[in-house]
Amino acid sequence: MRLDDQGGDQVQIPQRPLAPTGGPPDAAPQDLARGEGRLAGWHAFGSGGEGVLVPQARLSGPTPWVIAIMVTITVIAAATGLALRNIANAAALDLSGGVSVQIIEAQPPIRAAQAQAAQKALLAVPGVVSARVVPQAELDQLLVPWLGMGTGSGDADLVPVPAMIDVALDGAADAGQVEHLRKALRKVAPGARVDAQSHWLAPVFEAMDSLRWLALSMIGLLALALAAAVLLSARSALGTHRQTIEIVHNLGGTDAQIARIFQRSMGMDAALGSLVGLILGQIAVIVLGARFAGLGAGLLTGGALGLLDWAVVALVPVAAVVLAMVTARLSVLAALRKML
Amino acid sequence: MTGIAGEIARFDNVGLRYGSDREVLCDVGFTLHAGHFYFLTGASGAGKSSLLRMLYLAQRPSRGMISLFGTDAITLPRHRLPGFRRRIGVVYQDYRLVPHLSAFDNVALPLRVAGIPERDVAQPVRDMLAWVGLADRMGARPATLSGGEQQRVAIARAVIGRPELLVADEPTGNVDPDMAVKLLRLFEALNRLGTTVVVATHDMHLLQKVPGSLIMRLDKGRMSDPTGALRYPPRRGSGQP
Repeated sequence: MRLDDQGGDQVQIPQRPLAPTGGPPDAAPQDLARGEGRLAGWHAFGSGGEGVLVPQARLSGPTPWVIAIMVTITVIAAATGLALRNIANAAALDLSGGVSVQIIEAQPPIRAAQAQAAQKALLAVPGVVSARVVPQAELDQLLVPWLGMGTGSGDADLVPVPAMIDVALDGAADAGQVEHLRKALRKVAPGARVDAQSHWLAPVFEAMDSLRWLALSMIGLLALALAAAVLLSARSALGTHRQTIEIVHNLGGTDAQIARIFQRSMGMDAALGSLVGLILGQIAVIVLGARFAGLGAGLLTGGALGLLDWAVVALVPVAAVVLAMVTARLSVLAALRKML
Repeated sequence: MTGIAGEIARFDNVGLRYGSDREVLCDVGFTLHAGHFYFLTGASGAGKSSLLRMLYLAQRPSRGMISLFGTDAITLPRHRLPGFRRRIGVVYQDYRLVPHLSAFDNVALPLRVAGIPERDVAQPVRDMLAWVGLADRMGARPATLSGGEQQRVAIARAVIGRPELLVADEPTGNVDPDMAVKLLRLFEALNRLGTTVVVATHDMHLLQKVPGSLIMRLDKGRMSDPTGALRYPPRRGSGQP
């Protein structure tokens, strides 16, 4: 009986239990309410139910785009940091066993003789894999950018340039090993200068280290900025849906239930934004990688990202989603604790 | 389960102050007994809504003691409050329906909050909406419903979980007199099933529509008991207020 049809005291309350404990499942697929609920997609309380308690703005709102920008920059920063690490590792590996010997002697014949003698002496030292006297033509070529053509030290009248011996050790060129080489050269080439190649590039490695720390700091700052953006977004959503929250609160909804709604909502926004950010970031990294590879500079070719590196980059959006969800949950719980 | 001798709620020397202003409720004390129908009357600004907010656990008092269902509600840990709130149905003057949910989903909300499996939600919700005369408006959004229809959805939502206590804050304030009487009939029907009902109203005519109801009166934040029934509640069925 409808309320409007009831004359006065004859209102009948439904006999069926109002709070069901095991009633038959509804089998009417055309039912308006169920159909509409299913379209709305509830999922608010994890019951597989229907309806959307907090309407989603999705890509029409600013949050996914803010997250997309953050993730794009973070992906680029992470890829840069990893590439720098790879460059440094490759260079260190190349140079760790390398030693340069300079035979400093003004007279070319004496210099050449000392170089030959030094090569022999060096090859006799345990741990030396090879000792190559760098040909004069090669040295001249190296000097062209600084001294110009026709100034090669092959001509005795021009600038005297030390003879170079490129030594490779079977281990790292530590101070002890370098000292052994110096001792071996003392008799045959008293003016020889022995340097570990890694020592020359120490400032470069330090600069690379700084850039890696910079990339890491950028990632940290971006994570903070992302958390702040999510915090603002969650607060805004809380303000917009305050009445709904109060209704659910007064109906006996727990803090965890309400927080879960916002957490899920923010998670969806973050997932969308992160996906867009990952795609944009990867495009940027691939284009930049191709540009650097095109330079053909020996040091930079070692910076290519491996599979593990790409896996780390792919973790950036995952981390962004987790961070967004945790931030949303904590901010909503904090706001709810202010209510009774 | 109720408290001592069927007590649903007990207020002792309750005072409420917002900020540093004077108390809006002062030394309020009364007991609500299970199964009775109460009217809370008083002029606008007398403190009716504030009192009801404390009754449905949306507000803590500044002082005094409140007992709900035999439990001290003042010291109740926060995590236990939702369980108590689910035993109380609330109807507001401004309905407070979730605007983007259909009538069906609004009424289903308490069941979903309580974690009732979805397969067990649909039929009771349909029954409730049919009971309040809205079987044909299940899919309608609140904005497309009239004031009386919205209030009926709100009542259906408040009672679908079979609360032990139903609190209604000026439920007839935004509906025409005929609809007001019809809404009261719904409350009466629920009361007959054993639910304690508290209806706040400043409309003195409504009081006469529910014979046997008990009247609490608030005047400038102080409670009076004009019929004496609060102190000496009649037994159910005696017909004496």
